[in-house]
Amino acid sequence: MKILVPIKRVVDYNVKVRPKSDESGVDLNNVKMAMNPFCEIAVEEAVRLKESGKAEEIIAVTIGASSSQEQLRTALALGADRAILVETDVEAEPLGISKLLKSIVDKESPDLIILGKQAIDGDNNQTGQMLGALTGFSQATFASEVNLDGDNLSVTREIDGGLQTLDINLPAIVTTDLRLNEPRYASLPNIMKAKSKPLDIIPAADLGVDISPRLETIKVTLPAEREAGVIVETVDELIDKLKNEAKVIS
Amino acid sequence: MTALVVAEHNNQELKPVTLNTVTAALGLDQEVHILIAGNACSSVAEEAAKVSGVAKVLLVESSAYENFLAENVATLVSNISGDYDYILAPTTTNGKNVMPRVAALQDVSQISDISAIESSDTFQRPIYAGNCIATVKSNDSKKIITVRNTAFDAASATGGNAEIITLEEINDAGISKFVKEEIAESDRPELTAADVIISGGRGMQNGDNFTILEGIADKLGAAIGASRAAVDSGFVPNDYQVGQTGKIVAPDLYIAVGISGAIQHLAGMKDSKVIVAINKDEDAPIFQVADYGLVADLFEAMPELESKI
Repeated sequence: MKILVPIKRVVDYNVKVRPKSDESGVDLNNVKMAMNPFCEIAVEEAVRLKESGKAEEIIAVTIGASSSQEQLRTALALGADRAILVETDVEAEPLGISKLLKSIVDKESPDLIILGKQAIDGDNNQTGQMLGALTGFSQATFASEVNLDGDNLSVTREIDGGLQTLDINLPAIVTTDLRLNEPRYASLPNIMKAKSKPLDIIPAADLGVDISPRLETIKVTLPAEREAGVIVETVDELIDKLKNEAKVIS
Repeated sequence: MTALVVAEHNNQELKPVTLNTVTAALGLDQEVHILIAGNACSSVAEEAAKVSGVAKVLLVESSAYENFLAENVATLVSNISGDYDYILAPTTTNGKNVMPRVAALQDVSQISDISAIESSDTFQRPIYAGNCIATVKSNDSKKIITVRNTAFDAASATGGNAEIITLEEINDAGISKFVKEEIAESDRPELTAADVIISGGRGMQNGDNFTILEGIADKLGAAIGASRAAVDSGFVPNDYQVGQTGKIVAPDLYIAVGISGAIQHLAGMKDSKVIVAINKDEDAPIFQVADYGLVADLFEAMPELESKI
């Protein structure tokens, strides 16, 4: 069993981003970057499958600029065996990213692809499903439990109102939800060891895929702010306000 | 020019979020059709035919579509997409699961979770957990869109008289199989459809204490929600979660109890019409978005509130 884990470099989840002053995009100057949290969960799940003897090899892959090597090294420190950077300075959309990933899938023939359900920058929630369409693989999105038993993959999914369990054929695509696992921290010896693991760099242009954007960002702005209201002193005052001022209860 | 709305339903009834998506589709100045893909779901098609503003209902019934498996439904939608300029679905777990697969089959860049329509090709959508709003223009000839239901009013469920057309378009990829579903049973309204929501956070201290919220929820006809902190602490199941990684809600009244107001949570409820915060920490960020704040111990304030409303 070979597992491919596509990951993404994003703004650290603790950072509150702001639009640039000319509204042309999000201001990413001097902002701390990190691996997308859902991608960390994907790496962790792959590593657990390997540790339980169900997988032999884990390949981490990312599409991005040279700086994304940092997040690939993190994946290697967490337990991936090797890494691939498909290097491009184009800020590709999920459609372009999934086309590039399809090229990597064709080269590597993984049995299982695990990726985050969404990246916390664009919040698109598209790449796994799009890769499913391009490869024709089965998909189980928003996974909260993954059970692999030989060729039988059973996935429990977080759906509106509850949980759904699917049995899907390999090769398959699984996207991770929050409760799937709690990712480990990389230990110092593993961080050191990761430096000598293989990391291949493939220029995106070499894959012969059209990744030109289809969407134009016209502007990025702050959402309408809510104004803070009033502090009430007692429960009675609260009920009075809700009844007579806001008129939301009777 | 026509728009296709992929309906959300459970083979018995149309889910109300479909009505918000119909409003978005009508906002594009389109002839609007609704697709009902499922099994033994003709009653859903009849319901959809009554939705105000809908011109046609497409009904496809097959066991292949019964559980809305992404592989099968995406192929169906892609195969019938030829006549449509827009394909829309609500941003539900079904919509999120199926639509990107349709988009890639059609070689289209999907526009996820739109919160406003600026023109026939330009839309607003929240990014970075709602911390910024991006205005994006699509240059694809076909637009594939998921719709944030809280940003659009529901179309009227009655008043329409659309023609129902039955399609024989069966696709069974045979690569995935439905095993089971565990849907929480509740007499209360669904979070995304409720007019009033009362949510508990870490301040509830444990799952048993959520019973404190139940009496008030019963009196107000409210749904009960929770912050991610409460879910992560194991107080309540994940489907209670309101926030960027949970459900996005916008009720008339949202009561946040023992919730500090992390960005993650605010992103899921800040479009509520009236927000009430009850927290003993007067510096909690939730008070910055609350219309009415009460600095109090929830274990004293909530029983008092329940007895007086």
